Amino acid sequence: MGLLDKQFQNGNVLVTSLDTLLNWARLSSLWQMQWGLACCAIEMMATSASNFDIMRFGVIPRATPRQVDVLFVAGTVTLKMASRIKRLYDQMAEPRYVLSMGSCANCGGPYWEHGYHVLKGVDRVIPVDVYVPGCPPRPEALLEGIIKLQEKVRKESLVKKSA
Amino acid sequence: MTAEQVFTSLKAKFGDAVLEAKLDALQPWILVVPERMKEVALFLRDDPAMQFDYLMCLSGMDYNDGKLGVVYHLFSTVHRHKIVLKVQCAKETPHVQSVSAVWGTANWHEREAYDLLGIIFDEHPDLRRILLPDDWGGYPLRKDYRVPEFYNGVKVPY
Repeated sequence: MGLLDKQFQNGNVLVTSLDTLLNWARLSSLWQMQWGLACCAIEMMATSASNFDIMRFGVIPRATPRQVDVLFVAGTVTLKMASRIKRLYDQMAEPRYVLSMGSCANCGGPYWEHGYHVLKGVDRVIPVDVYVPGCPPRPEALLEGIIKLQEKVRKESLVKKSA
Repeated sequence: MTAEQVFTSLKAKFGDAVLEAKLDALQPWILVVPERMKEVALFLRDDPAMQFDYLMCLSGMDYNDGKLGVVYHLFSTVHRHKIVLKVQCAKETPHVQSVSAVWGTANWHEREAYDLLGIIFDEHPDLRRILLPDDWGGYPLRKDYRVPEFYNGVKVPY
């Protein structure tokens, strides 16, 4: 079933399911909490800039957890930072999503063995929806991650609890 | 002033406090006892022929033979000469005189050396951890440091 189940002749009435409408609204305005921690932040900034223009996906960078839908963890998460990430994630309103950007946030990256202070993957403290691999990922990869997240949101349902 | 001249005048002034030197190194260094480091530092800063007014770097060391150490890279903006000072101390009693009253730069550098290697700088005005969280256990850049299994309930090893 697509977004528009039936379109009436006068053009002012649309018929769709509530799920589709809500999901469409959510996936079209994924406001982003910017969490630039390392070099991934530079690629995140490049994605926000005019060449890649993250806003065409409805992603708007915000600086407070109260106003966001998706948390971009871009960079190396230290153990000191882990508790802060957890706290700000808890302050986000539901539905909330997490996009882990780059090898460090995914699994510890180059610090997996000798990084005594590095959290080996942000999914040890908060649940992650989309992992974007790369060190750092190119802006195209981050955009692909956003599209993957949008696909995930599109499949959600009010009655069926998502995982 | 050459490193040899610096060593000779230090030796003449402080005698036993100056232990040894390696003057043919790329960066010639002089080893000093940690209990008299501040005196030596003040002399190097204030003597008109020396005027080492700039502490370029202060590094902590673990020599992995039961000794910890601190390395001071000094530069004089007046005479444009350089020297490296070293001190060593036992791992069980890692006490070194603070030079943060001599060069303000040393304040945070000494806190970092304390944070990561556990070198205690006597008379430091504010010797707290600077990078790691306050509840961190141990000194991670020591060669015998082992990563804990958990930190605040989060698994640490890969």
